[in-house]
Amino acid sequence: MKPAAFEYAAPSSLQEATKILADYNGEAKILAGGQSLVPMLNFRLLKPQILVDINRIPNLDYIAEHNGGVRIGALTRHYALETSPVIAARFPVISEAMRHVAHLAIRNRGTLGGSLSHADPAAELALMAILLDARLTAASASGTRIIEAKDFFVGALSNALEESEILREVEFPGFPLFTGWGFEEFAQRLGDFAVAAAAATLTMSGARCTQCRIAVIGGETVVRAVNAEALLTSSSLDDKTITAAAKAAAQATPMNSDLRASSDLRAHLVEALTRRALEAAKHRALEKQQ
Amino acid sequence: MNKSHTIRIKVNGTAYERAVEPRLLLADFLRETLGLTGTHIGCEHGICGACTVLVNGHSMRACLLFAVQLDGAEIDTVESLGTVDKLHPLQESFREHHALQCGFCTPGMLMTGVDLLRKRPLATDDEIRDGLSGNLCRCTGYEHIVAAIRTAVRERDEVSGKAVR
Ligand SMILES: Cc1cc2nc3c(=O)[nH]c(=O)nc-3n(C[C@H](O)[C@H](O)[C@H](O)COP(=O)(O)OP(=O)(O)OC[C@H]3O[C@@H](n4cnc5c(N)ncnc54)[C@H](O)[C@@H]3O)c2cc1C
Ligand code: FES
Ligand code: FES
Repeated sequence: MKPAAFEYAAPSSLQEATKILADYNGEAKILAGGQSLVPMLNFRLLKPQILVDINRIPNLDYIAEHNGGVRIGALTRHYALETSPVIAARFPVISEAMRHVAHLAIRNRGTLGGSLSHADPAAELALMAILLDARLTAASASGTRIIEAKDFFVGALSNALEESEILREVEFPGFPLFTGWGFEEFAQRLGDFAVAAAAATLTMSGARCTQCRIAVIGGETVVRAVNAEALLTSSSLDDKTITAAAKAAAQATPMNSDLRASSDLRAHLVEALTRRALEAAKHRALEKQQ
Repeated sequence: MNKSHTIRIKVNGTAYERAVEPRLLLADFLRETLGLTGTHIGCEHGICGACTVLVNGHSMRACLLFAVQLDGAEIDTVESLGTVDKLHPLQESFREHHALQCGFCTPGMLMTGVDLLRKRPLATDDEIRDGLSGNLCRCTGYEHIVAAIRTAVRERDEVSGKAVR
């Protein structure tokens, strides 16, 4: 189908863009990569009065090191994230996750800010934001504010931004030393949205785990598996504890049921994927200590 | 109908200036406005890959872009590759390997192939399959398309004297 008619603006500054959003009072839509928005327009699931194309706004497309972490402009394309040497060095877990985000032609256009704002419960970048405690900067006509990733995803396809706010930057804080990571996904084909996925980081001090983070895809939103994390923190990451933690991760949130998988199958997948992600993370953390 | 915007755009090396309605998709601009019907439209939501073209050198879905966004851009469609008398090497390889039957998916496969050949080592058939995973073909069963790209990879690496990585 073809989209319903709309007006089009391509502002050249954030101020101008936020002003249009405020003027149209909920009837405007931000257009970034368009890889999620345009399908919805073509299906006429959305009929905004105006599209505010942010692709002409300068300085929104960058990956900059900051305090051992990175700050990434919202308009950074998936392809830039996938191939960035800075990301590969600082956040190899993100480089790995990017291999699972859609296909080359979609990655060439789709953006970090668009993926997070779209808030698909199966999006790998949402998983990364939740896993790595990302801090999101939103800009509006009245200034900027920081939103923690855990407060950003309020439901499937719904985020914490106000109508007139634009996501401007995403910060991934740095890893402590001796941190290992793991990322595991189950999808029907490489590049499809995840049916289920799990990602983990483990920080070690000697033979003990000092910090553990686990995030899973399978439910209504991406969640941290806090009970599983608690089991592993201060443990020696022995097989029994990893098995128990993987079981706990499958209970972290009620799993979705749809055409692709029942909730039981998703719980089973999350358990298996969490176990693999934890084993990979443990292995990498130990390797770093040597 | 909403106010038209005038865009200047280069398609296959030729400069055009056209007034476009905001909701006009790049795929329809190419096919309807410019009469370049090589770019095919299958699904209009990014799934099938038939509409894939190069935008400033990078493969993108022409059904997920509006023409109005592309003022100043350079687009390459399948028509830019070769002619019936002088096929592009990738087209020649598709012909050689019977990598098409009805040909509906072929423009998208070729333009995706061009970008993959520039960006990825494609050292294994698995890597080629992964690269093509965003393009659907209802006829060939894909094997011959993979073989055609494999030959193009070999030619690319012979010319450059080595594999990319
Ligand atoms: C065939 C196909 C397969 C895909 N597979 C995957 C996959 O496996 N995994 C995955 O994660 N994604 C997948 N995607 C989605 C893709 O990653 C999109 O790029 C992404 O979801 C949206 O980013 P975008 O820049 O295209 O945003 P857009 O489509 O432009 O926007 C999406 C939404 O976010 C809003 N928005 C955009 N930018 C901002 C901003 N800066 N501030 C506030 N709001 C904003 C828009 O108004 C809109 O509501 C797939 C898409 C397609 C077409
Ligand atoms: S028509 Fe564009 S991807 Fe199917
Ligand atoms: S040759 Fe018919 S769809 Fe691919």
